[in-house]
Amino acid sequence: MPASSNQALKWPDPVQIRLSGSGGQGLILAGIILAAAAIRDGYHVIQTQSYGPEARGGASVAEVIIGSDPIDYPHVEKADILLALTQQACDKFLPGVSEKGLVVLDLQLVETVPETGAAVLRLPIVQTARSEVGREMVANIVALGALNSAAGLVTWTSLEEAVGERVPAEFFELNKRALEAGRILATREQKKNRGEQA
Amino acid sequence: MRKPIEIRLMQGNEACAQAALDAGVRFFAGYPITPSTEIAEWMARELPALGGKFIQMEDEIASISAVIGASLTGAKAMTATSGPGFSLMQENIGYACMIEIPCLIVNVQRGGPSTGRPTAPAQGDVMQSRWGTHGDHPAIVITPWSVDETYYLTVKAVNLAERFRTPVILLLDEVIAHLREDVRKPDPRKLKLLERPRPSRDRNRFRPFGGALDEVPPIADIGMGYRCNYTGLVHDEAGHPSNSPEVTDQLIRRLVGKVEARREEIVHWEETFMEDAQVVVLAYGCSARSAMRAVKTARTQGLRAGMIRPTTLWPFPDKAVEKAAAMGLPVLVPEMNLGQIVLEVERLAAGRVPVKRLSRVDGQLFTPDEILAALKEGF
Repeated sequence: MPASSNQALKWPDPVQIRLSGSGGQGLILAGIILAAAAIRDGYHVIQTQSYGPEARGGASVAEVIIGSDPIDYPHVEKADILLALTQQACDKFLPGVSEKGLVVLDLQLVETVPETGAAVLRLPIVQTARSEVGREMVANIVALGALNSAAGLVTWTSLEEAVGERVPAEFFELNKRALEAGRILATREQKKNRGEQA
Repeated sequence: MRKPIEIRLMQGNEACAQAALDAGVRFFAGYPITPSTEIAEWMARELPALGGKFIQMEDEIASISAVIGASLTGAKAMTATSGPGFSLMQENIGYACMIEIPCLIVNVQRGGPSTGRPTAPAQGDVMQSRWGTHGDHPAIVITPWSVDETYYLTVKAVNLAERFRTPVILLLDEVIAHLREDVRKPDPRKLKLLERPRPSRDRNRFRPFGGALDEVPPIADIGMGYRCNYTGLVHDEAGHPSNSPEVTDQLIRRLVGKVEARREEIVHWEETFMEDAQVVVLAYGCSARSAMRAVKTARTQGLRAGMIRPTTLWPFPDKAVEKAAAMGLPVLVPEMNLGQIVLEVERLAAGRVPVKRLSRVDGQLFTPDEILAALKEGF
């Protein structure tokens, strides 16, 4: 991986990421922001999306692949990292996560977690967006902050800049707070998990 | 200071639209259709600020007509559509070939025939892009395999249309059109742009359809003060209808000849791992993405595969296949159709080497594994 990344990456190169949930949760935007941030860090990226015919409520998935070299096949085969913001998305995509992968789930929206070898992080993402940041709309950015904090994919500066590039200027501060809230969520949970293990 | 190359995250359709603008396109007429709509959206937003015109037409026949009209006044003009709209445009694509009007037609392929699968990828329009309109006519058809390449090949397409005074078709597919990737976007001022040949001699001797069999005659913008007569009928050097066998023969041979005689300027393909190849995959567009992965994996498993990737489908890169056949290499041709480019490969291989087709028409991109399996299975 290029020297511009200050995070020690434990991921395969390229690393395959799937962001899943339902239409209207802003997952495609989150995927675009993550991809744009990775470009700022000097990586090659792929971002694809698929969604049901409904504007809201249908299944929605964004894929991001980040690599040091140009990426040939443009789809995720085995996800190294999965974000799932609905039970349906979790049930559908969890089996496609690598054994050494990382799964970030919404604590309230995903009630049952199928068996997996991957590390699972259950975080109150949507609730945090609603009560701490003040807008449920930014749950996607809270999720992105949490995901990047836990996985160390891109530099924080690049992530903030990519958010700034893709959201309207008047909402930049709100979204920055959302990123930060996500980061704190993930850090706290990881610390707690480590404590339990010790 | 402005960097000469800026790296941006762009969607294939966006890269196509931006490249067209950077190449000087200032007129777009179209009718939105999935999976090409983002091109129209980009143009609608950007063209007015550049002093250009965007028109949403009532259908695709009107769209191509407006594009031809705009180009007649000297503007670089384009439209973008998908299979159903491309079918509607065919009559006037022939008209543009006949009256030698530069224009860019983007066809983002989706599943067909008819309305087919609006959001699913396919590569079923390869032959239509060559022979969709009736009669013998020239065809320049270009197909990119990445978002980055979409930018550069769109610039090339606009340039070739001008250079050869003929419609050029950019054949995209749904995968590349909707993919977002890093694009090395150059400073548009650094791009080499071509203009159509315009008349410089005296008005009485202006022959907008004259010249030898390999010649691209000059075209005057309507309003420049030259006498212009345009007809889809067979016409003489001045543009007047003619029933003369000699005039007819000369016109048809020159229309096709101006492109065929300069294949070298147009035809391009990329070769990878061909030096020591035992077998070859010939693939284009989105299928080439899966094929490249399959080729790389094959090599890690001891099968020395090479790859030929045409970026021009028409004229077809004959020499690439000739070379593989001369080297005695079997060729695998994966396509998201039931076998179109494979026919060209078979024609050129002429029985010298085995040619195997691999088809996928279920609206899903090939997986690298199925191409790898076809390679390993042998010929």
